[in-house]
Amino acid sequence: MEHTAQDPHERPFFAPSGKGGLASWIFSTDHKRIGLLYLGLIMLMFSVAVVLGLLLRLKLMTPGNTLLTPQQYNAIFTLHGVIMVFMVVIPSIPASFGNIFLPLHIGANDVSFPRLNNFSWWLYVTGLVLALVSIFTGNGPPDTGWTFYVPFSEHTTTNVSIAVIAVFVLGFSSILTGLNFITTVHRLRTPGMTWRKLPLFVWSLYATGWIQVLATPILGITALLIFSERVLHLGLFDPGRGGDPLLYQHLFWIYSHPAVYIMILPAMGVISEIIPVFSRKPVFGYNMIAFSSLAIAFAGSLVWAHHMFTSGMSDNAVLLFSFLTFVVAIPSAIKVFNWLSTMYKGSISLDPPLLFSLGFILMFSIGGLTGLVLGSAGTDIHVHDTYFVVAHFHYVIFGGTGLGMFAAMHYWFPKVFGRMYDHTRAFWSFWIILLGMNVLYFPMFVMGLQGMPRRYYDYLPQYAPLQMVSTWGSWILAVGLILMFHNLYRGCRYGPVATKNPWGGATLEWTLPTPLPAEAFYGDPVAPEPYDYKGVNPDG
Amino acid sequence: MAEAHAAPAAQLAAHRDDQASKMGMWLFLFTEILLFGGLFLLYASYRAKYPQAFHAGGQALDLVLGATNTVILITSSLTVALSITALRRGQTVRCLWLLAFTVACAATFMLNKGIEWGAKFHHGLIPGSEHMARLPQGQSIFYGLYFAMTGLHGLHVVIGASVLLWVMLLIRRSKITGDDYAVLENAGLYWHIVDMVWIYLFPLFYLIA
Amino acid sequence: MHDTTTAARGAEHGADRPHEPLSYRFLLLVWLGLMCLTATTVAVSRIELGALNIVAALGLAGAKASLVIFFFMHLKYENWIIKGMVFMAFVVLAIAIGLTFVDVGYRY
Repeated sequence: MEHTAQDPHERPFFAPSGKGGLASWIFSTDHKRIGLLYLGLIMLMFSVAVVLGLLLRLKLMTPGNTLLTPQQYNAIFTLHGVIMVFMVVIPSIPASFGNIFLPLHIGANDVSFPRLNNFSWWLYVTGLVLALVSIFTGNGPPDTGWTFYVPFSEHTTTNVSIAVIAVFVLGFSSILTGLNFITTVHRLRTPGMTWRKLPLFVWSLYATGWIQVLATPILGITALLIFSERVLHLGLFDPGRGGDPLLYQHLFWIYSHPAVYIMILPAMGVISEIIPVFSRKPVFGYNMIAFSSLAIAFAGSLVWAHHMFTSGMSDNAVLLFSFLTFVVAIPSAIKVFNWLSTMYKGSISLDPPLLFSLGFILMFSIGGLTGLVLGSAGTDIHVHDTYFVVAHFHYVIFGGTGLGMFAAMHYWFPKVFGRMYDHTRAFWSFWIILLGMNVLYFPMFVMGLQGMPRRYYDYLPQYAPLQMVSTWGSWILAVGLILMFHNLYRGCRYGPVATKNPWGGATLEWTLPTPLPAEAFYGDPVAPEPYDYKGVNPDG
Repeated sequence: MAEAHAAPAAQLAAHRDDQASKMGMWLFLFTEILLFGGLFLLYASYRAKYPQAFHAGGQALDLVLGATNTVILITSSLTVALSITALRRGQTVRCLWLLAFTVACAATFMLNKGIEWGAKFHHGLIPGSEHMARLPQGQSIFYGLYFAMTGLHGLHVVIGASVLLWVMLLIRRSKITGDDYAVLENAGLYWHIVDMVWIYLFPLFYLIA
Repeated sequence: MHDTTTAARGAEHGADRPHEPLSYRFLLLVWLGLMCLTATTVAVSRIELGALNIVAALGLAGAKASLVIFFFMHLKYENWIIKGMVFMAFVVLAIAIGLTFVDVGYRY
């Protein structure tokens, strides 16, 4: 591709202008470049954590003392969790595609605080480096699980102290992204872009931003407390000195439950963009989808203690939190029904982005409904801390957020890179990934119901067949992922040049040249009806 | 909704949106409130669990020092608020003196805090020490919280004072002026939050006896 | 670099225009109020009121915090969006502490 034009409204944002080089990326204040930086690192960390996950599955394929020592096993499931949660899933969609498309969706040329945006990327990098340091220094990588529960996390000799500081820094990075997005949505909307014309992706990121700003500080103080407990021995959670370990769990989940909505809401936003475009129909129930994002953000902050039903918390709290947990299912269901109603009698084209979105709906529904089994205090007693939980959150987080991320990648790929990937390969990679996920995680539901506890190094012989199947699933999934990334890489390098609006989207980014130019808009663009497809057609 | 109406493009030359930076600062302050909020949550819970021990612990703290520090911090909050008025009225020198006074207040506050902590250390109340571990259960928690909360607050005093020093430098260099004072205003907001946290810490630790 | 046209978009109908600076006199009065409240809270804490002591202490602290927020921090003169945001932040903190007490309130 020849891009000789130096006009920033035509030059692709990734093409060098003037000096170029590495510094023009890592110190860039351009939201599109920062988004790509995030995307690259997030995908790198994703691959690392996937390899760790494959190792865990490989060990669990057979019972007994094989492949890994118990200590290595504990360290690897901790790292898998910490990397996936704090370095991949929480930043995933907001920091990458949110950074690139939130300003464009509202007709702005950047976020409100571009330098802060770059700083938050550097904090992310700092967090990664600290986490890396914690693996290779001191007494080895943390072995507490990603939840860092006391009292074990206070006493283990492994390098928890640095790991929690890494979590603190990563949380700070997440806060700054959320702060930037909220301010941007309030201050930089193009004239005429009223709140009811905001694309639903923006609504979901706005709601996410609020969770990031209001919940993450609690994670910050929790991480600092663990650190000071280990270094200063204040004894705040030490039962021997009158402390209450359950208060640690409260603090941890006051953040970490809302955090699962930081993970899922942006993916829901992506799905809300994709479904109407590929159904050629205005989105059904715009107001309810927008409202339900806020409702999820709010209700999601009321339910944290459903992670503690068996912890010895008071029975009144168990009852109340169980009830509130059912409430939060309502806005989630509203979204699913609205997506399905959007597709009803639509003119559907099963292109890869829609396929991944449908995969999202399927997996999220399974994950969400099994969440009700866990949210109901009675049934939770039976399946608490078993593989049932592991299966549930992998369906929601990988099947939901993961597929949402892949859907976003396939949807915005041509706009970002200016080329198109191979649709047939994308089609195959989707089905292999979907098959792999279900073979990998569905047996875990069954094993969980039969009583297989999570995080155990060894298991009884009766679980052996399903553990074996689950491991096969992990291999299928790996093949699908490799195929998908290979296809995207090929598309990026050698794919046919993409047109301006290959899917026929009506939001503002599709009015811009492909690939995205360094400067997006001349003056103030006219705010479109984001889901009105009259006169908007795919041009590919 | 109405906030979205944009000014005409011709007026946009200023490249500046003070309202946005103020909004960003408030959002950041929320994170500070909730950061301390986690500790207040612990305080409230443990106070419910050990009312007697908290009572005894509070009596052992130096009320005079605590009250003095309260007066100092509130006064420093006043001088920051005054400095904004001074700058906007073009009284730059007065603004700088007011800020210098604020920083001096911060230093005095930290000095008092040092004296107070020093006295506690002198009595063997050192985090992690044998003596503290042997205290009755609730009292150990009380002092643990005391060190954690006043320590984190002290850290914020130091950060806030440093920011104000930096702001003074910018005013000296005319980077902050009576027409472009958002940075001063936002630094002031930060300082007021530091003050506000202390307004709660003071009764919770020194007055509950 | 990217500071072109969007920088001052939310600015509208004068609502964003800075409020007149607060007068020295007014700020001093607020400070005086804070001093009085501080004296009151110390005095009240010396009287044995049982459970009311903590209520009084927190109530007076709330009054002082309100003076700081509304006048020193100018919240009174901000638009309803910022006011609403501040309100939300405190609501979330209250929820976190309140719901925790549904557990510890029955357990301790």
